[in-house]
Amino acid sequence: MKIAFTTKGTDWDSPMDPRFGRTEYFFVYDEETEKVETFDNRAIEGEAHGAGPKTSQKLAELGAEVLITGNGPGGNAAAVLNQINVKVYTGAGEMTVREAYEAWKNGDLN
Amino acid sequence: MKIAIASGKGGTGKTTLSTNLAALLAEKEQVVLVDLDVEEPNSGLFISGELKHTEKKYKMIPEWDPTHCNLCGICQEVCNFNAVLKMGKNIMVFPELCHGCYACSELCPKNSLPMKEREMGELKAFKKGNLSFVESKLVIGEEQAVPLIKQTIDYVDSNFSEDTIKLYDSPPGTSCPVIEATKHTDFVILITETTPFGFHDLKLAVETIRELGKDFGVVINRYGIGDDSVETYCREEGIPVIGRIPNDRAVAEIYSKGELLYPRLPFIKKELEKIAAHVADIRKELSV
Repeated sequence: MKIAFTTKGTDWDSPMDPRFGRTEYFFVYDEETEKVETFDNRAIEGEAHGAGPKTSQKLAELGAEVLITGNGPGGNAAAVLNQINVKVYTGAGEMTVREAYEAWKNGDLN
Repeated sequence: MKIAIASGKGGTGKTTLSTNLAALLAEKEQVVLVDLDVEEPNSGLFISGELKHTEKKYKMIPEWDPTHCNLCGICQEVCNFNAVLKMGKNIMVFPELCHGCYACSELCPKNSLPMKEREMGELKAFKKGNLSFVESKLVIGEEQAVPLIKQTIDYVDSNFSEDTIKLYDSPPGTSCPVIEATKHTDFVILITETTPFGFHDLKLAVETIRELGKDFGVVINRYGIGDDSVETYCREEGIPVIGRIPNDRAVAEIYSKGELLYPRLPFIKKELEKIAAHVADIRKELSV
Protein backbone atom coordinates (compact mmCIF):
# COMPACT_ATOMS: atom_id res chain seq x y z
CA MET A 1 0.00 0.00 0.00
CA LYS A 2 1.23 3.49 -0.89
CA ILE A 3 1.10 6.05 1.90
CA ALA A 4 1.48 9.78 1.17
CA PHE A 5 2.65 12.31 3.76
CA THR A 6 2.48 16.11 3.44
CA THR A 7 5.99 17.24 4.34
CA LYS A 8 8.43 20.13 4.47
CA GLY A 9 11.34 17.96 3.26
CA THR A 10 12.25 14.77 1.45
CA ASP A 11 13.48 12.32 4.10
CA TRP A 12 12.10 10.35 7.04
CA ASP A 13 13.29 12.96 9.56
CA SER A 14 11.70 15.91 7.75
CA PRO A 15 8.95 17.75 9.59
CA MET A 16 5.41 17.21 8.38
CA ASP A 17 3.67 20.09 6.60
CA PRO A 18 0.34 20.53 8.41
CA ARG A 19 -1.26 21.94 5.24
CA PHE A 20 -2.69 19.76 2.51
CA GLY A 21 -3.40 21.95 -0.52
CA ARG A 22 -0.27 24.05 -0.12
CA THR A 23 2.04 21.34 1.21
CA GLU A 24 5.66 21.81 0.14
CA TYR A 25 6.28 18.14 -0.66
CA PHE A 26 4.62 14.77 -0.84
CA PHE A 27 6.62 11.93 0.65
CA VAL A 28 5.20 8.65 -0.65
CA TYR A 29 6.17 5.38 0.99
CA ASP A 30 5.33 2.08 -0.69
CA GLU A 31 5.02 -0.53 2.06
CA GLU A 32 5.37 -3.48 -0.35
CA THR A 33 8.56 -2.38 -2.11
CA GLU A 34 9.80 -0.22 0.84
CA LYS A 35 10.61 2.45 -1.73
CA VAL A 36 10.21 6.18 -1.14
CA GLU A 37 9.17 8.64 -3.82
CA THR A 38 8.95 12.40 -3.24
CA PHE A 39 7.20 15.14 -5.15
CA ASP A 40 8.07 18.83 -4.97
CA ASN A 41 4.75 20.68 -4.76
CA ARG A 42 6.18 24.15 -4.07
CA ALA A 43 5.00 25.51 -7.41
CA ILE A 44 1.53 25.59 -5.81
CA GLU A 45 2.51 28.88 -4.12
CA GLY A 46 1.93 30.53 -7.49
CA GLU A 47 -1.70 29.38 -7.59
CA ALA A 48 -4.02 31.96 -6.04
CA HIS A 49 -7.07 29.70 -6.23
CA GLY A 50 -7.86 26.04 -6.14
CA ALA A 51 -4.71 24.67 -4.47
CA GLY A 52 -6.78 21.91 -2.82
CA PRO A 53 -8.19 20.30 -5.98
CA LYS A 54 -4.88 20.73 -7.83
CA THR A 55 -2.86 19.04 -5.10
CA SER A 56 -5.49 16.29 -4.83
CA GLN A 57 -5.09 15.62 -8.51
CA LYS A 58 -1.33 15.26 -8.00
CA LEU A 59 -1.93 12.85 -5.14
CA ALA A 60 -4.12 10.75 -7.44
CA GLU A 61 -1.31 10.59 -9.99
CA LEU A 62 1.10 9.42 -7.30
CA GLY A 63 -1.28 6.53 -6.65
CA ALA A 64 -1.47 6.82 -2.87
CA GLU A 65 -4.26 5.03 -1.03
CA VAL A 66 -3.62 6.66 2.35
CA LEU A 67 -2.91 10.31 3.10
CA ILE A 68 -1.34 11.38 6.38
CA THR A 69 -1.40 15.13 7.01
CA GLY A 70 -1.91 17.78 9.69
CA ASN A 71 -5.02 19.91 9.52
CA GLY A 72 -6.88 17.97 6.89
CA PRO A 73 -8.08 18.95 3.42
CA GLY A 74 -10.76 21.57 2.83
CA GLY A 75 -14.09 20.95 1.14
CA ASN A 76 -12.97 21.05 -2.50
CA ALA A 77 -9.96 18.81 -1.88
CA ALA A 78 -12.06 16.43 0.21
CA ALA A 79 -14.49 16.05 -2.70
CA VAL A 80 -11.63 14.91 -4.96
CA LEU A 81 -10.06 12.63 -2.35
CA ASN A 82 -13.42 11.05 -1.74
CA GLN A 83 -13.82 10.37 -5.44
CA ILE A 84 -10.45 8.64 -5.71
CA ASN A 85 -10.98 6.70 -2.47
CA VAL A 86 -7.98 8.03 -0.57
CA LYS A 87 -8.24 7.47 3.19
CA VAL A 88 -7.29 10.62 5.09
CA TYR A 89 -5.63 10.68 8.52
CA THR A 90 -5.03 14.04 10.24
CA GLY A 91 -3.33 15.31 13.37
CA ALA A 92 0.29 14.65 12.37
CA GLY A 93 1.17 18.30 11.67
CA GLU A 94 3.71 18.63 14.48
CA MET A 95 5.56 15.34 13.84
CA THR A 96 8.40 14.15 11.63
CA VAL A 97 7.52 11.78 8.79
CA ARG A 98 8.88 8.81 10.79
CA GLU A 99 6.85 9.76 13.87
CA ALA A 100 3.74 10.25 11.75
CA TYR A 101 4.17 6.79 10.18
CA GLU A 102 4.59 5.16 13.60
CA ALA A 103 1.59 7.06 14.98
CA TRP A 104 -0.52 5.93 12.03
CA LYS A 105 0.56 2.28 12.44
CA ASN A 106 -0.32 2.49 16.16
CA GLY A 107 -3.76 3.81 15.26
CA ASP A 108 -3.12 7.17 16.96
CA LEU A 109 -4.28 9.29 14.03
CA ASN A 110 -7.87 9.95 13.05
CA MET B 1 -21.68 61.38 -7.94
CA LYS B 2 -20.31 58.07 -6.73
CA ILE B 3 -18.50 57.86 -3.40
CA ALA B 4 -17.05 54.69 -1.88
CA ILE B 5 -16.49 54.39 1.85
CA ALA B 6 -13.68 51.94 2.43
CA SER B 7 -11.04 51.08 5.00
CA GLY B 8 -8.19 48.65 5.24
CA LYS B 9 -9.01 47.36 8.66
CA GLY B 10 -12.49 46.13 9.47
CA GLY B 11 -14.49 47.72 12.25
CA THR B 12 -13.18 51.25 11.77
CA GLY B 13 -16.57 52.79 11.07
CA LYS B 14 -17.45 52.31 7.39
CA THR B 15 -21.08 51.51 8.13
CA THR B 16 -21.40 54.22 10.78
CA LEU B 17 -20.10 56.84 8.36
CA SER B 18 -22.01 55.47 5.35
CA THR B 19 -25.38 55.38 7.05
CA ASN B 20 -25.08 58.72 8.85
CA LEU B 21 -23.66 60.56 5.85
CA ALA B 22 -26.32 59.08 3.56
CA ALA B 23 -29.15 60.11 5.90
CA LEU B 24 -27.72 63.59 6.36
CA LEU B 25 -27.28 64.18 2.62
CA ALA B 26 -30.79 62.84 2.01
CA GLU B 27 -32.22 65.69 4.05
CA LYS B 28 -31.48 67.85 1.01
CA GLU B 29 -31.32 65.63 -2.05
CA GLN B 30 -31.79 62.19 -3.58
CA VAL B 31 -29.32 59.68 -2.17
CA VAL B 32 -28.85 55.95 -2.62
CA LEU B 33 -26.80 54.03 -0.10
CA VAL B 34 -25.48 50.73 -1.44
CA ASP B 35 -24.14 48.07 0.91
CA LEU B 36 -21.48 46.22 -1.09
CA ASP B 37 -20.18 44.23 1.86
CA VAL B 38 -22.14 41.31 0.43
CA GLU B 39 -20.56 38.77 2.77
CA GLU B 40 -22.16 40.48 5.73
CA PRO B 41 -24.16 43.56 4.85
CA ASN B 42 -25.14 45.54 7.95
CA SER B 43 -26.04 49.07 6.85
CA GLY B 44 -29.64 47.85 6.90
CA LEU B 45 -29.49 47.69 10.69
CA PHE B 46 -29.43 51.48 10.75
CA ILE B 47 -31.59 52.34 7.75
CA SER B 48 -35.27 51.60 7.75
CA GLY B 49 -37.46 51.93 4.71
CA GLU B 50 -40.13 50.30 2.66
CA LEU B 51 -39.03 47.21 0.73
CA LYS B 52 -39.49 48.11 -2.94
CA HIS B 53 -37.75 45.35 -4.81
CA THR B 54 -36.18 41.92 -4.33
CA GLU B 55 -34.37 39.87 -6.91
CA LYS B 56 -32.26 36.74 -6.90
CA LYS B 57 -28.80 37.06 -8.42
CA TYR B 58 -27.16 34.32 -10.44
CA LYS B 59 -23.73 33.54 -11.77
CA MET B 60 -22.99 31.22 -14.67
CA ILE B 61 -20.94 28.10 -14.07
CA PRO B 62 -20.24 25.06 -16.27
CA GLU B 63 -21.91 21.73 -15.67
CA TRP B 64 -20.30 18.60 -17.07
CA ASP B 65 -22.36 16.58 -19.52
CA PRO B 66 -20.46 13.28 -20.07
CA THR B 67 -22.50 12.19 -23.13
CA HIS B 68 -20.01 13.32 -25.81
CA CYS B 69 -16.98 14.18 -23.65
CA ASN B 70 -13.77 12.61 -24.96
CA LEU B 71 -11.76 13.55 -21.82
CA CYS B 72 -9.31 15.66 -23.85
CA GLY B 73 -8.57 17.82 -20.79
CA ILE B 74 -8.62 21.20 -22.58
CA CYS B 75 -11.07 22.43 -19.96
CA GLN B 76 -8.66 21.99 -17.06
CA GLU B 77 -5.77 23.46 -19.05
CA VAL B 78 -7.61 26.71 -19.78
CA CYS B 79 -8.96 27.22 -16.27
CA ASN B 80 -6.87 29.73 -14.32
CA PHE B 81 -8.59 28.90 -11.06
CA ASN B 82 -8.38 25.09 -10.90
CA ALA B 83 -12.16 25.04 -10.95
CA VAL B 84 -12.30 22.24 -13.55
CA LEU B 85 -10.28 19.07 -13.07
CA LYS B 86 -10.03 15.85 -15.00
CA MET B 87 -9.97 12.99 -12.53
CA GLY B 88 -9.68 9.64 -14.28
CA LYS B 89 -12.79 9.32 -16.44
CA ASN B 90 -14.59 12.21 -14.74
CA ILE B 91 -14.54 15.98 -15.11
CA MET B 92 -15.06 17.65 -11.74
CA VAL B 93 -16.31 21.24 -11.52
CA PHE B 94 -15.82 23.30 -8.35
CA PRO B 95 -18.53 25.96 -8.52
CA GLU B 96 -17.10 28.04 -5.66
CA LEU B 97 -13.77 28.37 -7.47
CA CYS B 98 -15.32 29.17 -10.87
CA HIS B 99 -15.08 32.82 -11.95
CA GLY B 100 -17.66 32.35 -14.70
CA CYS B 101 -15.27 33.22 -17.54
CA TYR B 102 -16.77 30.67 -20.01
CA ALA B 103 -13.30 29.55 -21.23
CA CYS B 104 -13.80 25.84 -20.57
CA SER B 105 -17.32 25.92 -21.94
CA GLU B 106 -16.44 27.82 -25.12
CA LEU B 107 -13.24 25.91 -25.87
CA CYS B 108 -14.66 22.44 -25.25
CA PRO B 109 -14.66 20.71 -28.69
CA LYS B 110 -17.58 18.49 -27.69
CA ASN B 111 -19.77 21.12 -25.98
CA SER B 112 -19.65 19.02 -22.83
CA LEU B 113 -19.54 21.94 -20.39
CA PRO B 114 -22.70 23.99 -20.95
CA MET B 115 -23.02 27.02 -18.65
CA LYS B 116 -25.82 26.87 -16.10
CA GLU B 117 -27.27 29.47 -13.74
CA ARG B 118 -26.35 29.16 -10.10
CA GLU B 119 -27.94 31.32 -7.44
CA MET B 120 -25.29 33.33 -5.61
CA GLY B 121 -27.27 35.87 -3.64
CA GLU B 122 -30.18 38.23 -3.29
CA LEU B 123 -30.55 41.95 -3.85
CA LYS B 124 -33.04 44.11 -1.95
CA ALA B 125 -33.98 47.74 -2.50
CA PHE B 126 -35.69 49.95 0.09
CA LYS B 127 -36.86 53.55 0.09
CA LYS B 128 -37.75 56.15 2.69
CA GLY B 129 -38.18 59.75 1.55
CA ASN B 130 -35.10 60.89 -0.37
CA LEU B 131 -33.04 57.96 0.83
CA SER B 132 -32.92 54.73 -1.11
CA PHE B 133 -31.04 51.74 0.20
CA VAL B 134 -29.79 48.76 -1.80
CA GLU B 135 -28.12 45.72 -0.32
CA SER B 136 -27.03 42.33 -1.61
CA LYS B 137 -26.23 39.26 0.38
CA LEU B 138 -24.30 36.15 -0.73
CA VAL B 139 -25.87 32.77 -0.10
CA ILE B 140 -24.12 30.78 2.61
CA GLY B 141 -21.17 28.81 1.25
CA GLU B 142 -20.64 31.06 -1.78
CA GLU B 143 -17.00 32.14 -1.75
CA GLN B 144 -16.85 34.90 -4.32
CA ALA B 145 -18.11 38.36 -3.53
CA VAL B 146 -16.98 40.07 -6.73
CA PRO B 147 -19.68 38.86 -9.17
CA LEU B 148 -22.45 39.89 -6.77
CA ILE B 149 -20.81 43.26 -6.07
CA LYS B 150 -20.57 43.87 -9.82
CA GLN B 151 -24.23 42.98 -10.43
CA THR B 152 -25.30 45.19 -7.52
CA ILE B 153 -23.40 48.16 -8.96
CA ASP B 154 -25.00 47.48 -12.36
CA TYR B 155 -28.45 47.44 -10.73
CA VAL B 156 -27.82 50.82 -9.12
CA ASP B 157 -26.47 52.28 -12.38
CA SER B 158 -29.56 51.29 -14.30
CA ASN B 159 -32.15 52.18 -11.62
CA PHE B 160 -30.96 55.54 -10.31
CA SER B 161 -30.50 58.80 -12.17
CA GLU B 162 -27.11 60.43 -12.82
CA ASP B 163 -27.76 63.22 -10.33
CA THR B 164 -28.52 60.88 -7.43
CA ILE B 165 -25.68 60.82 -4.90
CA LYS B 166 -24.49 57.25 -4.64
CA LEU B 167 -22.69 56.07 -1.52
CA TYR B 168 -21.09 52.63 -1.54
CA ASP B 169 -20.37 50.99 1.80
CA SER B 170 -17.43 48.75 0.78
CA PRO B 171 -16.14 45.49 2.20
CA PRO B 172 -13.05 45.68 4.44
CA GLY B 173 -9.55 44.76 3.29
CA THR B 174 -7.63 45.55 0.11
CA SER B 175 -8.39 42.56 -2.12
CA CYS B 176 -10.63 41.96 -5.15
CA PRO B 177 -14.00 42.79 -3.49
CA VAL B 178 -12.73 46.22 -2.36
CA ILE B 179 -11.29 46.95 -5.78
CA GLU B 180 -14.58 46.02 -7.45
CA ALA B 181 -16.49 48.22 -4.98
CA THR B 182 -14.26 51.29 -5.42
CA LYS B 183 -12.90 51.27 -8.98
CA HIS B 184 -16.06 52.72 -10.56
CA THR B 185 -16.39 55.66 -8.13
CA ASP B 186 -15.44 59.35 -8.34
CA PHE B 187 -14.12 59.64 -4.80
CA VAL B 188 -13.09 57.27 -2.00
CA ILE B 189 -13.34 58.02 1.71
CA LEU B 190 -10.93 55.88 3.72
CA ILE B 191 -11.98 55.65 7.32
CA THR B 192 -9.45 54.61 9.93
CA GLU B 193 -8.62 54.79 13.58
CA THR B 194 -5.36 55.87 15.18
CA THR B 195 -4.41 52.46 16.52
CA PRO B 196 -1.38 50.50 15.24
CA PHE B 197 -3.70 48.13 13.33
CA GLY B 198 -5.75 50.98 11.93
CA PHE B 199 -2.65 52.85 10.81
CA HIS B 200 -1.01 49.78 9.30
CA ASP B 201 -4.09 48.86 7.25
CA LEU B 202 -4.70 52.47 6.23
CA LYS B 203 -1.32 52.50 4.50
CA LEU B 204 -2.27 49.35 2.56
CA ALA B 205 -5.60 50.91 1.62
CA VAL B 206 -3.87 54.11 0.46
CA GLU B 207 -1.52 52.08 -1.75
CA THR B 208 -4.49 50.24 -3.26
CA ILE B 209 -6.54 53.37 -3.96
CA ARG B 210 -3.50 55.16 -5.41
CA GLU B 211 -2.90 52.20 -7.72
CA LEU B 212 -6.49 52.65 -8.93
CA GLY B 213 -5.75 56.33 -9.54
CA LYS B 214 -8.67 57.50 -7.40
CA ASP B 215 -9.09 60.80 -5.61
CA PHE B 216 -9.50 60.09 -1.90
CA GLY B 217 -9.55 61.56 1.59
CA VAL B 218 -9.24 60.17 5.10
CA VAL B 219 -11.69 60.26 7.99
CA ILE B 220 -10.27 59.48 11.41
CA ASN B 221 -12.72 57.67 13.65
CA ARG B 222 -12.46 57.31 17.43
CA TYR B 223 -10.40 60.47 17.26
CA GLY B 224 -8.51 61.04 20.49
CA ILE B 225 -7.36 57.50 21.19
CA GLY B 226 -3.97 56.12 20.15
CA ASP B 227 -1.36 58.55 18.86
CA ASP B 228 -0.88 61.08 16.06
CA SER B 229 0.73 58.62 13.60
CA VAL B 230 -2.20 58.78 11.17
CA GLU B 231 -2.28 62.60 11.16
CA THR B 232 1.48 62.80 10.67
CA TYR B 233 1.38 60.24 7.87
CA CYS B 234 -1.46 62.02 6.05
CA ARG B 235 0.32 65.36 6.33
CA GLU B 236 3.58 63.94 4.98
CA GLU B 237 1.78 62.14 2.15
CA GLY B 238 -0.36 65.14 1.27
CA ILE B 239 -3.61 63.27 1.96
CA PRO B 240 -6.51 65.45 3.14
CA VAL B 241 -8.03 64.49 6.49
CA ILE B 242 -11.63 65.44 5.76
CA GLY B 243 -13.20 64.54 9.11
CA ARG B 244 -12.42 63.55 12.68
CA ILE B 245 -15.10 61.64 14.56
CA PRO B 246 -14.39 61.93 18.30
CA ASN B 247 -14.15 58.88 20.52
CA ASP B 248 -17.17 59.15 22.79
CA ARG B 249 -19.14 56.67 24.86
CA ALA B 250 -22.43 58.14 23.60
CA VAL B 251 -21.47 57.10 20.05
CA ALA B 252 -21.09 53.47 21.11
CA GLU B 253 -24.33 53.53 23.09
CA ILE B 254 -26.43 54.90 20.24
CA TYR B 255 -24.71 52.68 17.66
CA SER B 256 -25.37 49.58 19.77
CA LYS B 257 -29.10 50.35 19.61
CA GLY B 258 -28.96 50.49 15.81
CA GLU B 259 -29.74 54.20 15.67
CA LEU B 260 -28.22 57.01 13.64
CA LEU B 261 -25.79 59.23 15.52
CA TYR B 262 -26.05 62.70 14.07
CA PRO B 263 -29.69 63.47 15.00
CA ARG B 264 -28.73 63.12 18.66
CA LEU B 265 -25.07 64.16 18.73
CA PRO B 266 -24.36 67.67 17.44
CA PHE B 267 -20.57 67.11 17.40
CA ILE B 268 -21.10 64.20 14.99
CA LYS B 269 -23.38 66.28 12.79
CA LYS B 270 -20.70 69.00 12.64
CA GLU B 271 -18.06 66.51 11.42
CA LEU B 272 -20.45 64.97 8.89
CA GLU B 273 -21.18 68.44 7.53
CA LYS B 274 -17.44 69.00 7.05
CA ILE B 275 -17.19 65.72 5.15
CA ALA B 276 -20.28 66.64 3.12
CA ALA B 277 -18.74 70.03 2.28
CA HIS B 278 -15.55 68.36 1.06
CA VAL B 279 -17.59 65.97 -1.07
CA ALA B 280 -19.62 68.90 -2.45
CA ASP B 281 -16.39 70.68 -3.48
CA ILE B 282 -15.20 67.62 -5.35
CA ARG B 283 -18.57 67.25 -6.96
CA LYS B 284 -18.38 70.80 -8.20
CA GLU B 285 -14.85 70.23 -9.58
CA LEU B 286 -15.91 67.08 -11.41
CA SER B 287 -19.39 68.39 -12.18
CA VAL B 288 -20.96 64.99 -11.49
